[in-house]
Amino acid sequence: MAEPGRLRWNPALVAGTVVLGGTALTIFVASFVMGDAAERLSADIAHPVSGEHWLGTDYFGRDQLARALVGAEASLLMALAATAISMVIGVAAGAAVWTAPRRLREFSLRIVEITVSYPELLVAVVLAAILGAGRWQLVVAVAVANIPATARLTANLSGALYQRDFVTTARLTGVPRRAVISRHLLPNMAEPLLIQLAATFSTGLVAMSALSFVGLGVQTPDFDLGRLLADALPSIYSRPIEVVGPTLLILLLSVGAMLVGDGLAAAADPRVSRGKSTTRRSGRASGATGQAVVADLEVVRTDGVPLVRGVSFEIGRGEIVGLVGESGSGKSLTALSLARLLPDGLSATASDLRAGAVDLLGRPSRRELVDAVAMIYQDPGTTFNPALRMGAQLTEVLRVHKGLSKRAARAVIVDLLAKVHIPDPERLLAAHPYELSGGMRQRAMIAAALAAEPALLVADEPTTALDTTVAAGILRELARIRDETGTSILFISHDLGVVEELCDRVLVMKDGAIVEELTQEALRTGDVTSPYTRMLLDAVPRLAVRS
Amino acid sequence: MTDTTELAHGRPRRPKSGSSWTGFALRRFGGLVGTVLIAVVVTFVIVPLIPGDPAVSAAGPDATVDQINRVRAELGLDRPLVDRFLDYVGGLLHGDLGHSFSLNAPVSEVVLRRLPFTAGLSFLALLVVLAVAVPLGMAIGAATRGGRRRRLDSTFNYVTAVVAAIPPYVMATLLVLLFAVTLELLPPAYTRSQPGLSLLLPAFALSLPSICLIARVVRRETAVVLEQDFVRTARGWRLSGLRTATRYVLPNVLTSTLTLSGIILVAMLGGAISVETVFGWPGLGLGVVNAVATKDYPLVQGIVLVLAVLSALMTMAVDILLGIVDPRVRGGQHG
Repeated sequence: MAEPGRLRWNPALVAGTVVLGGTALTIFVASFVMGDAAERLSADIAHPVSGEHWLGTDYFGRDQLARALVGAEASLLMALAATAISMVIGVAAGAAVWTAPRRLREFSLRIVEITVSYPELLVAVVLAAILGAGRWQLVVAVAVANIPATARLTANLSGALYQRDFVTTARLTGVPRRAVISRHLLPNMAEPLLIQLAATFSTGLVAMSALSFVGLGVQTPDFDLGRLLADALPSIYSRPIEVVGPTLLILLLSVGAMLVGDGLAAAADPRVSRGKSTTRRSGRASGATGQAVVADLEVVRTDGVPLVRGVSFEIGRGEIVGLVGESGSGKSLTALSLARLLPDGLSATASDLRAGAVDLLGRPSRRELVDAVAMIYQDPGTTFNPALRMGAQLTEVLRVHKGLSKRAARAVIVDLLAKVHIPDPERLLAAHPYELSGGMRQRAMIAAALAAEPALLVADEPTTALDTTVAAGILRELARIRDETGTSILFISHDLGVVEELCDRVLVMKDGAIVEELTQEALRTGDVTSPYTRMLLDAVPRLAVRS
Repeated sequence: MTDTTELAHGRPRRPKSGSSWTGFALRRFGGLVGTVLIAVVVTFVIVPLIPGDPAVSAAGPDATVDQINRVRAELGLDRPLVDRFLDYVGGLLHGDLGHSFSLNAPVSEVVLRRLPFTAGLSFLALLVVLAVAVPLGMAIGAATRGGRRRRLDSTFNYVTAVVAAIPPYVMATLLVLLFAVTLELLPPAYTRSQPGLSLLLPAFALSLPSICLIARVVRRETAVVLEQDFVRTARGWRLSGLRTATRYVLPNVLTSTLTLSGIILVAMLGGAISVETVFGWPGLGLGVVNAVATKDYPLVQGIVLVLAVLSALMTMAVDILLGIVDPRVRGGQHG
């Protein structure tokens, strides 16, 4: 989020402001100066383009450019008026809905929801039918047609804000409703409402000129851009120049408004640029022989900030190595480098990086990577594709990389699911991810990882999002997998207690470097040298009674 | 979450594909009924809300007292409001939309004659929009993810902003200028002898701005989805870019895109009102414009009602599509 009250300028916003502001200024000045020319009849009937009449004259000898500019002024003023009306009423209604009693609120929200679903121009046509044609009728028709959209946006925004702590606090401490709205709700909705304002203006401008264009808006002798364009259209074959002025001005105004809205939206949500991640060799390989080898690993952010600094370790066959440290210590980046899954904007170098027989510093194929490393992530409930059934996802690796048929892949996964103690694998495969508990999903994730029979299993905080009982189950599964299949495991956690239970060896990371390497025994007995490890150990809550 | 209890029971929640569809369909149908009911009430109140005497304005400035009285009787203005409403609803239930006095024909007949034109135009435009906007937006979203290809990103942004800002009827005028006046490739207006060919320009004019708007939505949503954990999971399974795009990104992009696009697509139906005028396309849009201009109130009511129902059906179609693409919508998790 941008800081409130400060506008970040970006190219779209600048371009939009220049186009919209410049056009509006030109229109106002020009129609003040050339206003008379727009109405003055002359003998120069249907004169072509000339130095005197830049866009020629119409059938009554009136200057086309002057008419277009005066018409644009009318369109602009009407659009501003309609925007003001629909914003004021829409925002007031949308915010008021949330101070209404629940029943009334639900009902009003339903109605707003339904009105938004009608095409805005249709609503405007209905109002034009009721009110008749003319300038102010047009303003009212378009303003009213635009109200539901703003009301809905405001209602949605205030609905979200109402759940927030500071609004709840204000309400509970007896701050009056009007003050809650004006002091707490509106300032926090300023940004989206500003964007909505730009959108309302541009849709209003377009809707109004459209109504005038089809003959239901401004009536002769009054005119606006839509009216002018409609008058020019019948003679489009004989004098196409007539459509140029109105078309150009409508385009400038609506494109300007669109760019302003776009720029405001971009200012509210700035995107940072990141490059593709890279992994390169930095020196001669060490000749280490472990199941997984990491030597002199460095990970650097694109802007030069070092995140992992010279990490080296090995994991033997069937060994479980723990990697611990606080968040930001570089443990996850170390693991992701080893899995060749670094996120964008990071580059890694190492003198040696291997898993199984695969050199991860070269250009391993997808198939080789599948054989080398499998990842198990923390499960915040989003690790599986919500749109696919579990069966389709879990069998993905077997079908794509191992060439198994759908049926054969399913059979393998069913076996694996049973191994990780899923009671009814067939039912799980038929389920969508959201229908499963976190523990179920994590077991499924492990089964999918095992399906590839990788040389190394990297588990990145696999139990962090789970509650203790479920987490203990997952840890037991990992230990059993190692015992049964001899898979090497890199287990990442910030929880020393968990690591102590599972790992043969533990690496402690701080600020991107390994500060201590411990055996399980040393960790258990508290035989550590680094003060940082000591601090982490002391932070582990333990029951007072120890054997 | 209730992890421990789930584990204690030892089985995943039952996937309720059958029952969820029924509930979903019922909820959607309820929404449709609500939309139609409001449209019925709104179209009915058009006449009572007209300031002054609707009969006087409907009969025209030169009408005699006799003529005005006849119009008044035809509109039923001499009877109480409640009776008129009941008549109106009763007529609707029998498919009777009233009598158009400018065309001297039943409104239902006029509507049925014009409906295929608008439905055909909107449907074609809808197909074009979805077929072009979704792949385009996804491709741009993937190509510019994480701040890659800055220049492509801003070019796409500007071009779509400019094209989307062109009002459909201006777009129509520009297309006529280019394809009919200059290149003389396509007919500038509806011609009875070549209905297919004359459909092209209106459909193009109607769909082009929506293509840009929806491609922008798809681009943004693609960028969001690409950051999701399950895309990381797919990367971890070393799936190819194409497989990830079609199986992991597309369905999830569609969910949010369709939610946002429903409104844009329905607004396209409104665009038909002005586009049909440019091309003299004999659909409901041109019909309602003529009806309002001639103050043929029964015809206005009939066409507005049908257009409203059409837009409600379109919204429902989008929702059902959503239900197919994303099971969570069916389950009611998205409301």
